[in-house]
Amino acid sequence: MSIGHTLLGLLESGPRHGYDLKRAFDEKFGHDRPLHYGQVYSTMSRLLKNGLVEVDGIEAGGGPERKRYAITEAGITDVERWLATPEKPEPYLQSTLYTKVVLALLTRRDAGDILDTQRSEHLRSMRILTDRKRKGDLADQLICDHALFHLEADLRWLELTAARLDKLREAVTR
Amino acid sequence: MTHPAGSLLIAQDLRKTYGPTTALDGAEFSIHPGEVVAVMGPSGSGKSTLLHCLAGIVTPDSGSITYNGREVTSMSDSERSALRRSEFGFVFQFGQLVPELTCVENVALPLRLNGSSRKAAERTALGWMERLEVDDLRKKRPGEVSGGQGQRVAVARALVTDPRVLFADEPTGALDSLNGERVMELLTEAARSTNAAVVLVTHEARVAAYSDREIVVRDGRSRDMERVV
Ligand SMILES: Nc1ncnc2c1ncn2[C@@H]1O[C@H](COP(=O)(O)OP(=O)(O)OP(=O)(O)O)[C@@H](O)[C@H]1O
Ligand SMILES: [Mg+2]
Repeated sequence: MSIGHTLLGLLESGPRHGYDLKRAFDEKFGHDRPLHYGQVYSTMSRLLKNGLVEVDGIEAGGGPERKRYAITEAGITDVERWLATPEKPEPYLQSTLYTKVVLALLTRRDAGDILDTQRSEHLRSMRILTDRKRKGDLADQLICDHALFHLEADLRWLELTAARLDKLREAVTR
Repeated sequence: MTHPAGSLLIAQDLRKTYGPTTALDGAEFSIHPGEVVAVMGPSGSGKSTLLHCLAGIVTPDSGSITYNGREVTSMSDSERSALRRSEFGFVFQFGQLVPELTCVENVALPLRLNGSSRKAAERTALGWMERLEVDDLRKKRPGEVSGGQGQRVAVARALVTDPRVLFADEPTGALDSLNGERVMELLTEAARSTNAAVVLVTHEARVAAYSDREIVVRDGRSRDMERVV
């Protein structure tokens, strides 16, 4: 999962301090693995260098966690591009897809679009596997079926998430 | 939206309401001969309504449907049903075979309705049953065959008139995955060999993977995923 894009996405709804960003990330996406402060600073300094965020103010007392960051136009474009690009279908995608859906809801984008684009990308892989299966022997069929069922599992999760978008929107924007 | 040249069936800006419910809200569609297009999207989004409009079963409130250059919405009822009988084939979730007839009589039925002799109709029917690997069931009645077998008989019946467009609404919805895949394999093979177009409504990704491309219907609006990416 891209921590940079996730932090940028969180910033899109308004400027935040470093510690506030970490807290928001941990609360929404860090259930099993909270961020270290070090990760936040190194990510923010990279985003600063690339012009995707800017420093919006510094609280007295110094320390990098006291800096307030705001997203730039270039940053918003970057988030937009990341959300619109489907993920390569591979195992254990859930956390990235979940993050994208939540960020789309937080930033009032169409989360259904993310689902449609991702479904399309998965189907592209599934068509290739189905074709290989059709032309292959039994061993090919079994191997392709294994991959197909995994891709299908991702999609079923996405469809279910789509059906719960309204509830999810309520929960994350509360 | 512009439709690619050479499309066999084109729908533009279809709208259909049922009382307070908007089933279609500006849906678009196009398909080429020999193409398999999956129609996906959440339950209640308008997939079946779109299929019924395309097939001339339901008349949209507005919008246009052109089949082979002819406007379907302005045809008379009898012209439309002639079109359905001669050019279209249908497979639904539950085979909808006539229980009193044997399987071969069921498959031959569309040809009989179009005026073929019994002998000629059953000979052609048996050819299609062989392709769908159910010719040994010819003497059985639908109540005496399994769900997967019955669905293959239904596919044979849909293809027996050599339709230009096959409309399939959740054709594997009542089958387990092995039977569902076999039906899809045989259905798409048969359609490709006759250059028929297939409009395939399904919510199952593994079934949609037999298509060439997919459109997604959400809240009565369609999205052509190929032209988005
Ligand atoms: N004959 C009808 N009378 C009244 N309302 C209808 C009729 N047919 C469809 N609808 C309504 O139109 C909307 C679209 O229905 P449609 O059957 O096209 O959905 P669908 O996408 O095929 O759903 P599913 O995946 O559950 O089959 C739904 O809200 C449905 O209740
Ligand atoms: Mg339906």
